[in-house]
Amino acid sequence: MTAVTALPAADLTTGRNAVAQFMGDVWVLTKRSIARIRNEPETLSNVTIQPVMFVLMFTYVFGGAIGLGGGGSYHSYLIGGMLGMSLAQTAPGTAVAVVSDMSTGLIDRFRSLPMSRAAVLTARTLADLLTQAIGVVVVAAVGLAIGWRITTGVGDAVEAFALALLFGYAFTWAGICLGMVLRSPEAAQQTGFIIFLPLTFISSAFVPTQSMPGWLQPVAEWNPMTSLAAATRQLFGNPNPAAAVHAWPEQHAALAVVCWAIGMLVVFAPLAVRLYRNKNS
Amino acid sequence: MSEEPAIEAEGLVKRFGKTRALDGVDLTVPRGTVYGLLGPNGAGKTTAVRVLSTLMKPDGGHARVLGNDVVTHAQDVRDSIGLTGQYAALDEYLTGRANLVMIGQLSRLTAKAAKRRADELIERFGLAKAANRAVKTYSGGMRRRLDLAASLIAHPQVLFLDEPTTGLDPSARALMWDIVRQLVADGTTLLLTTQYLDEADQLAGRIAVIDTGKVIAEGTPTQLKASLGGRRLLLTLAEGVDAAAAAEALAPFATGPVSSGGTADPSRGEQSPDDSSRLLEVPVTASDGLATEVLRALDAAGVKVSDIAVRTASLDDVFLTLTGHVAEERKEGVPA
Repeated sequence: MTAVTALPAADLTTGRNAVAQFMGDVWVLTKRSIARIRNEPETLSNVTIQPVMFVLMFTYVFGGAIGLGGGGSYHSYLIGGMLGMSLAQTAPGTAVAVVSDMSTGLIDRFRSLPMSRAAVLTARTLADLLTQAIGVVVVAAVGLAIGWRITTGVGDAVEAFALALLFGYAFTWAGICLGMVLRSPEAAQQTGFIIFLPLTFISSAFVPTQSMPGWLQPVAEWNPMTSLAAATRQLFGNPNPAAAVHAWPEQHAALAVVCWAIGMLVVFAPLAVRLYRNKNS
Repeated sequence: MSEEPAIEAEGLVKRFGKTRALDGVDLTVPRGTVYGLLGPNGAGKTTAVRVLSTLMKPDGGHARVLGNDVVTHAQDVRDSIGLTGQYAALDEYLTGRANLVMIGQLSRLTAKAAKRRADELIERFGLAKAANRAVKTYSGGMRRRLDLAASLIAHPQVLFLDEPTTGLDPSARALMWDIVRQLVADGTTLLLTTQYLDEADQLAGRIAVIDTGKVIAEGTPTQLKASLGGRRLLLTLAEGVDAAAAAEALAPFATGPVSSGGTADPSRGEQSPDDSSRLLEVPVTASDGLATEVLRALDAAGVKVSDIAVRTASLDDVFLTLTGHVAEERKEGVPA
């Protein structure tokens, strides 16, 4: 009987420690997702073309009709909300990517390899974080083009963008969970839309919560999207009508964003790993 | 040298709701051999592969791959196996080469080794021209080859091939068979599932026939064919010939009951209703000069024959013989 030709030890990474192997796997898989973006840049339209369209439409179509109460221009107000929208709506995209991977059998292959299982999900979230960073840059750029300005310091601006990306990263894990429980990319797209559209609109992302009916206000006030919009507006020095709302998330907007993000990570990251481990087993 | 088998399973059970996809499967696959799991859709072949390749945990029983338990030492099992499923497990948007390098690195190869192995396999599997194209542009046969290359990248000692040729055209199928034969020559242990008897016959040293989650027959292809009536003799009697007399003359050759009428091979084309009573199907064991001997015997009994053909036992025949029911949906004219 012929023995299978074994590979020389120099060709293998098995001698490396678990952390190095995990990082290696994450890097290989993140590169895969980035290569996908490079091959099909149109997959980025949800963080490039869409936010530009939304900023322009909201500013020039609805902007004149929306009163901010405390004064200030609508385009200065809008950008904080638009950051939240363009970040949160990458989550359905994550769900679609996860469902697609699951349905092609690629994930089965990954599960049969001696690689780290957590690396698959971590890499997905890192690639999506990169996508979200692109989205943040696009929103800021179109904002600057229409007259939005950061009137505070660099430190505040960095804090605002960091909060936005933390918020987006937490949503990515929710998107993974969604992708794990749904059966087709179409279902993920539709369900994502149904969840994330109200989440975005029943918030102060586009209009001050004060303009909503009384029964709806608490919902909007406790919506994480409202907290993010309020926190970034405050940090950018933009009009922030939420400052006049006495609800806790409006008064402690940045802290509320951090709490929401940590809360979502604590719930959805372990859930995503658990769903992945048990998928079809 | 006494070594433990490449794959050992004892009493594997896997339930999906009320269905027992595996209902006490025992398997022993010696190292360096090709083992075929033969059965119809839904027999439990894929479930068996998923359990043995650590993708699913069994609800009962044990299985070891190269001595490592698939549940308690799953990570050690994954170090030594390759898996090619029914659906190409590739990233559609990456190039063929990028897929191989990625899977090589995830199989614990260094980047350099993964690139070198990817190039070797691309060359070996005739994918050089397409290597830098996205996989979504590949034909079915190319995908299967790339998929197989991916599962070979880290030189697995045990390879699982789940229906490697289902849906492929004959030339792509023949190419896959050649590749599988090369692997065997390299010393890889192979567990292959198939719905096709000829495929198991061509490739496997031993075969387990599996149906409704149970192994219902096991042995070398020769042993199985002998017990299953490896060939079917199809006769069309001349007009006016007594079918009973013909059946009597054929009895010494038959390894099972002689049937008449509608079980004719579909490839023989439409038969008019008058013809059906003149058709006889006889399970026989293949041997040199069989047809000549049969004709001689029929001639001696005064039975005139207008057509004679010998065909290989089909999977339907195997199932009919072994289980008393026809694989997949029941066909008209076949006794249940």
